[in-house]
Amino acid sequence: MASVIHIMERYEAGSGLKKALAMSRTDVIRQIRESGIRGRGGAGFPTAVKWNLCAVAQSPKKFIVCNADEGEPGTFKDRLLLTERPEVLLDGITIGGYAIGARLGVIYLRAEYAYMKPGLEAALAARRENKLLGKKVLGKDFDFDIEIRMGAGAYVCGEETALIESLEGSRGEPRNRPPYPVNTGLVGAPTAVNNVETLIACAQILVKGPDWFKKLGTDVSTGSKLLSISGDCRRPGVYEVGFGTSLKDILKLVEGEGAKAVQVGGASGRTVPAKQFGRKLGFEDLATGGSVIVIGPQRDMLGVAENFLEFFVEESCGQCTPCREGNPKLLEGVRLLKRGKCSVGYLRELQNLGRTMQAASKCGLGQSSANAFLDITEHFRSEILGRVPATKE
Amino acid sequence: MLATERESLRHEIAELAEKYEHKRDGMMPVLEAVQEKYHCVSDFAMQEVARQLGVFPTEVYGVVSFYSFLSTEPRGKFAIRLCRTLSCDFAGKREVARQLENELEIKFGETTPDGLFSLEYCNCLGMCDHGPALLVNNDVYTEVSPELVSDILEKYRRMFGPASQLEEKEASHA
Repeated sequence: MASVIHIMERYEAGSGLKKALAMSRTDVIRQIRESGIRGRGGAGFPTAVKWNLCAVAQSPKKFIVCNADEGEPGTFKDRLLLTERPEVLLDGITIGGYAIGARLGVIYLRAEYAYMKPGLEAALAARRENKLLGKKVLGKDFDFDIEIRMGAGAYVCGEETALIESLEGSRGEPRNRPPYPVNTGLVGAPTAVNNVETLIACAQILVKGPDWFKKLGTDVSTGSKLLSISGDCRRPGVYEVGFGTSLKDILKLVEGEGAKAVQVGGASGRTVPAKQFGRKLGFEDLATGGSVIVIGPQRDMLGVAENFLEFFVEESCGQCTPCREGNPKLLEGVRLLKRGKCSVGYLRELQNLGRTMQAASKCGLGQSSANAFLDITEHFRSEILGRVPATKE
Repeated sequence: MLATERESLRHEIAELAEKYEHKRDGMMPVLEAVQEKYHCVSDFAMQEVARQLGVFPTEVYGVVSFYSFLSTEPRGKFAIRLCRTLSCDFAGKREVARQLENELEIKFGETTPDGLFSLEYCNCLGMCDHGPALLVNNDVYTEVSPELVSDILEKYRRMFGPASQLEEKEASHA
C-alpha cells in the first residue's frame, strides 16, 4: 500500500476562503458536517458541532483558536503542516472565523516551535497585503485578523481549557467542563479551539467538497489522518493514511515489521502488543492524534513505561490529586519492577490506582496518563516480573 | 542589581506592558520577552510585571514557576534543551547527554560558571523522525551524535568567546 496525499494536496491560497465567503455561515458549517470530520487532535469531537455551537451562541465577541501546541510525545505532523502548508492553515482559521462569527483568530504556538514564528508572521503579512485578512476580507462584509501567541513549555496547555487559561495570562490549569469553551471560552466569550490538521482539512473540504473528503476513511472516522511515525523502523516520517488502516499495514509502510509493540497516540495513548497488530486506526478502536512509535524487540517495556511516567510526573499541573499523586506512585512502581522488587499483589494495587486515575482525574492528561502503564503491565507480564537487576559496574 | 539596571528593566517592562494595554492577557508575551533578554524573570521583574498588569506578584510567580521555558533563576545565554522523549531515547539520547555533560563540565539542570550555557532536558520537540534532537535557544538541531556536540557548542562559544576577529579571518582563508 502507498501513502496517500489527501489533505496535503496542492491548494491555492485563498481558494477555500473565496468559496466560503460566497456562502452563508450555515452553509459553510453544513459542508463541514457532511464531510463528517472529527477533531484531529485526538479527542475526535465533530468539528461541525463545535462550530455550530459557537455560531449559535449569543455574544458580541467570539474567537477561533488554532491549537498549535503539538506536545504529545511522538507527534510532529503539525511541524510539517506549519512549515509547509501555512497558507492552507490560515485559510482554515479564517473560514472557521467566518463560520462562527469571530473577528479574531489566535494561533497558540508552542515555545519549542518558536523558530517557525517568522515564517508564519510573513505568511500573515502577505495575506493582509492580499486582502485575505484585515478589514473587509476579499471585499466582503467580514473583518478578520489572526494573531500568534507563544506557549512557554507546558504539555497540558494542549488541553483546550488550559490553553485558554494560558492565553489569558494564567497558569495552564485545565478548567472544569462544562461550561465548554464553545460557550465560555477566551475571556468568557464563545471560542472554537481546533487542531492545525483539522483546520487544514476544513479548508480543503471547502474547495473539494465533502464527498472528496469521505473517499477515505470509515463511516465513523471519515477522511485521512496524518501520522507521525518514529521509533524502530527504517522509514520514519509523516504519512497520510485513510482511517481504518491496520497497524500491520502501517508497519509494512514504514518497514518496521518485527516490532514487539506499537505506541499509538503518544504517551497518553495505548501500547498495542504484536498479537493485536490487526487493530485499526480510527475513533471506533485506536484513536490517535497521529503519534505512532514503533517499539522494536530489543527494547525494555519497563523503560518505555518509565519514560512516559517521568513525563507525566513532570507535566502534571498538580491541580487534582489522582494525577498529581498517582503518577509518582506508578513511576515508583515501575522502578520497583525494574529492580525486581514488586510482588503481584502490589502490582495489582498499582493497576487499581491506575484505573482510579483514569476515572477520577480532572482532565485528559490525568485520565490517560496511566494507559501505557496498564497496557504494559497487562500485555508484557512475562517480561516485567522477577527481574534480576544487572550488578553495578 | 545596579540602580541603573533596575531603572532600565522597569522601563522595558513598562513599554512591553503598554503594548498589551496593561491587560492581564499580556502576561505571557511580557514574561517571554523578559526571559529572552535576561535569561530569567527575577523577583524585581516579577514585581514590576505585577504592577504594570495590575495583578499580585504571587500570581506572576505562579505563572513563571508553571512554565518550563520561564525561570526565576538565571539560565545560560544559550539554553540547551535535549529532548528526553522515547523516540529520541531510542535514537541515542543518552550518549548525547553524556557528551554534553563532558563538554560543558556541568550536569543537567546546571549553568556553566561563565553563564554561557545551561543544560536541561525537555519533552518532545517534534523531531522524533530525526532524533536525537536538541534546542539551543530557538535553534533546533537534529540527528545529533556525541561527536557533533562539541561543534555545536563551539558555534555558540565563538559568538561570545575570546576567539579574535583575526583568527576568524585566518580561518576563512584556510
